[in-house]
Amino acid sequence: MVDKSIIGTEMGGSSMLVERGKIREFAKAILDDNPVYETEDPPPPPTFTMAMAHWPAPQGGQGASLSKLGLDLLRVLHAGQEYEYLGEIKVGDKLSTRSQISDLSEKEGKRGGTMTFITSETTFTNQRGEDVLIARTILVQTSKAAS
Amino acid sequence: MDRVNVHFEDLQEGDEITDWPTVDNISRTHFVRYAGASGDFNPMHHDDSIATKVGYPSVFGHGMFTAGVLSHYVTDWVGTGNLRKYAVRFKGQLYPGRNLSIKAKVTRKYKEGDENRIDADLEVVDDQGSVLVTGSATAALPSRG
Repeated sequence: MVDKSIIGTEMGGSSMLVERGKIREFAKAILDDNPVYETEDPPPPPTFTMAMAHWPAPQGGQGASLSKLGLDLLRVLHAGQEYEYLGEIKVGDKLSTRSQISDLSEKEGKRGGTMTFITSETTFTNQRGEDVLIARTILVQTSKAAS
Repeated sequence: MDRVNVHFEDLQEGDEITDWPTVDNISRTHFVRYAGASGDFNPMHHDDSIATKVGYPSVFGHGMFTAGVLSHYVTDWVGTGNLRKYAVRFKGQLYPGRNLSIKAKVTRKYKEGDENRIDADLEVVDDQGSVLVTGSATAALPSRG
């Protein structure tokens, strides 16, 4: 059981320079052969910001990590991902992020035990202060370690 | 450059797209390339000895690899700048050797401000019939008018 009071907890923020080469590499990795990715100014693919999702949180940041919130990372799986595209993201933009835990719910699993769904929401803001993207990551923690 | 091949007038609620080409012969190389591009080096996606130790038959793909492949079918369909929302849920593992089929169904057609929008349900199924990813997309489509 994870405490509902973690809803609203701020997580660490980060920043990312939108690079043309990284966009091209990411497009290739999702098997996208659209010639737009060979141009000078390719748009980021819809899930491109996953490229920064695994960067370590900044040292000494104010934010809480998942393990500090009482989640057992060995029992946590990625259950879903959602995006809202609020504005254009272009090569050369510098995006900064702020994240928080936005939802927590529990459901009885099919094979017994309780599954806890945790949603973290990250807002991406560009160098002009415009919010351009909201990404939500839905994680599920099973009640027992997978056997 | 943009490969929009659909306009608002072309689609009706209930339309299904089932004739997109399949993605054949998924391999470990696909997973490794996605690991590199995304920075997700969870060993379950590239190290068979670890994946089999915890009970999986082999390594399996990142959910976000399949979600990424699905997203490019969507952007090929609606245009790269036209996506407004995209959401996926992970339902099953993608194993090497499988082929992927991708389907879409238009669930709603409407005006939002000055935009002509559609909502669609999405699904990725492998050649064993297992649903791997379900999803939805909202797009603002160009008009022929």
